[in-house]
Amino acid sequence: MATPLIDIRGLTKAYPGVVANDDISFAIAPGEVHALLGENGAGKSTLVKMIYGLVRPDSGAMTLSGAPFAPSQPREARESGVAMVFQHFSLFDALNVAENIALGMETPPKMRDLARRIREISHEYGLPLDPDRTVGDLSAGERQRVEIVRCLLQDPKLLIMDEPTSVLTPQEVDILFQTLRQLSAEGTSILYISHKLEEIRALCDEATILRLGKVVGTCVPRDTTARDMAEMMVGTALTPPARAGQAPGDVALEVDGLSLRSPSQFGTSLKDLRFTVRQGEILGIGGVAGNGQDELLGALSGELRAARDAVRLAGAPIGHLGPEARRKRGLLTAPEERLGHAAAPDMSLMENALLTGAARKTLAPRGLINWRGARVFAEDIIARFDVRTPGPLSAARALSGGNLQKFVIGREVLQAPEVLVVNQPTWGVDAAAAAAIRQALLDLAKNGAAILCISQDLDELMEIADRFGALNEGRLSEIRPAAGLTVKEIGLMMGGAHGMEVAHAEA
Amino acid sequence: MDLTAISPALLVASLMVAATPLLLAAIGELVVERAGVLNLGVEGMMITGAICGFAISVETGSPYIGLIAAALGGAALSLLFALLTQFALANQVASGLALTLFGLGFSALIGQGYVGLKPPSMGRLSIPGLSDLPFFGRVLFGHDPVLYFGLALTLATWIFLRFTRAGLVLRAVGENHDAAHALGYKVVRIRILAILFGGACAGLGGAYISLVRVPQWTEGMTAGIGWIALALVVFASWKPGGLLLGAYLFGGLTVLQLNLQAAGVAIPVEYLAMSPYLITIVVLVFLSSRRSLTPGSLGRIFHASN
Repeated sequence: MATPLIDIRGLTKAYPGVVANDDISFAIAPGEVHALLGENGAGKSTLVKMIYGLVRPDSGAMTLSGAPFAPSQPREARESGVAMVFQHFSLFDALNVAENIALGMETPPKMRDLARRIREISHEYGLPLDPDRTVGDLSAGERQRVEIVRCLLQDPKLLIMDEPTSVLTPQEVDILFQTLRQLSAEGTSILYISHKLEEIRALCDEATILRLGKVVGTCVPRDTTARDMAEMMVGTALTPPARAGQAPGDVALEVDGLSLRSPSQFGTSLKDLRFTVRQGEILGIGGVAGNGQDELLGALSGELRAARDAVRLAGAPIGHLGPEARRKRGLLTAPEERLGHAAAPDMSLMENALLTGAARKTLAPRGLINWRGARVFAEDIIARFDVRTPGPLSAARALSGGNLQKFVIGREVLQAPEVLVVNQPTWGVDAAAAAAIRQALLDLAKNGAAILCISQDLDELMEIADRFGALNEGRLSEIRPAAGLTVKEIGLMMGGAHGMEVAHAEA
Repeated sequence: MDLTAISPALLVASLMVAATPLLLAAIGELVVERAGVLNLGVEGMMITGAICGFAISVETGSPYIGLIAAALGGAALSLLFALLTQFALANQVASGLALTLFGLGFSALIGQGYVGLKPPSMGRLSIPGLSDLPFFGRVLFGHDPVLYFGLALTLATWIFLRFTRAGLVLRAVGENHDAAHALGYKVVRIRILAILFGGACAGLGGAYISLVRVPQWTEGMTAGIGWIALALVVFASWKPGGLLLGAYLFGGLTVLQLNLQAAGVAIPVEYLAMSPYLITIVVLVFLSSRRSLTPGSLGRIFHASN
């Protein structure tokens, strides 16, 4: 075997209380697309941060093209030919494309030359970009292009991509994959981090699977089923949620001509949304982040007020009511962004349970808090939803993301809602907890509640939703039965490639 | 009343003098805020600069050594703010207010022996031929060196922020400190340098008041100019060009109300005296709707592990 491009031997990194990476070893050949697979908290991020020089390993060694490689800061890693596209984009909204790219380069050329180079490189790889546009105005797919072009301008030998497709439509993913295959054919190695198994099977040559900081297996993705990879990743056999096919009941929630200006500058206004959700039914709303999801949740929860008749609950107009009044009538919501929106980080679980449960659980009769009742309610959520925490007096901030998410969903589910609206219910949650949350939503629907699930995880929506629609620039697509929808159809409902020109040669 | 008593040339010339401390303090604060730090201690750093400059000038007999001392004094006080906010991760608003209160008290303490003294005066620019021109001679070529320095510094800051790589990095740190850190830029180091620059500029602005504009020492003599400088940065939407405009506008108001009083215009003095502050409030209300111009990380605490 030829010298691997990068050879990782026994990397270990411990943080107080947890060994993030334990004796990790693998190698990537030149031109290879190597997948790093694992659940949240499996140690993928720590590992790539060590390769990129953001974190120093406690022990272990790396070689790059045969020479020892121990970057102490990202600059050294970049100089050695390692480039990284971040999961949460490391871009500056107020600066333009060329300025953003210049910031990521060691010795940027003059601005005019740089703009020309950006146009050339971006066309060569099928990712057209205008260097003069302000990054804050770009779509998620275009922002990712900025990051990729920034990396490509430095002729990287190793390109690290951290969950690159979570913000893309299926069509945009195709464009990205063509670019990555072109790079790999030119000899650039790619370290591709994801937990989306089908993507890895389509793109990658080799896969290393991490679990709890250890390498638990390697495989050739093309010859391994997604199910086998998932089981290696999770460590146990997964049971897909059980769905009970049932005829939906009466209309529980009706949205008719909902238009709403977004309160935030970079937000998306809602434009004439119309849909209904019936009892016992789950309506899935997909779409790339930032296409009106937050505004829709706000309009339904009552944080944003709409026209009186635009939102109806069991036939009664509620568009003008605030969150507390809607909760009393049985419309409950679980927003995304657990710390700060769905939960108050520094308050205890008991207090957080009280904050949304006070009305329906009558935990504050005559304005005085019934602490005993709040405690019982919080303990009930913790027990029924398997929230791993020392007890109801722990601060919300102290819980891991998955545990807090279970708590936030459980808090609403146990209030027996007529209609439940959830946004990103399993975002950043490990597979076992995600399955439990999805099962809880399905069970709630089985008992007659109407559920609106907003999510960017299409697999999740296909798994639990009865009908599916997509938000694109504040408009809702036609709503169609989820069973039988193809990925291509879903992609078109999400807005296709968002008008981004596909510059790959039709060959 | 007699408006003809107001000489246009003198009015414009004194407007420029009145605007200079404002411009110096505000250009420093602009750089600080573009780096993502909100230092509300401008008033405290100005008054510290005013007494440092005054005292050293009196002791050494040189106004220029005094000015250098003023810049050092302002920077030293801002270093305290930098330690509090960048290392102890203290709240920037509270630290800035503390800095102002501390500066006012500290300067009063040092200044006790200097009340009633007269500082050495600074020469005016005099270019034979040019300085004697009617109107333009007095307005353009008849000022003290610090005034020209303030204008040059504003231009230099504009060039720095707009055209240099260091300026781009500084803006990036202010826009999104997490992203800048991920790219390997030294967020804390850059911010400390910006804070020191802001302190030095504020100190210089303060010394300009005690050495040139009102050549004497009085307790609390900066009289809220630091606060106007803070408002001015918002007024200018964090752009040096707007800052120059705003400084001359506010400087003009101050001078105009003094002149109108002298000319005996029948408006109660109090209205005129409060006009700059009133306009500041109105401007702030109007500008609050244009939030997107604000540096993205302004006032937020940066911690590398986040």
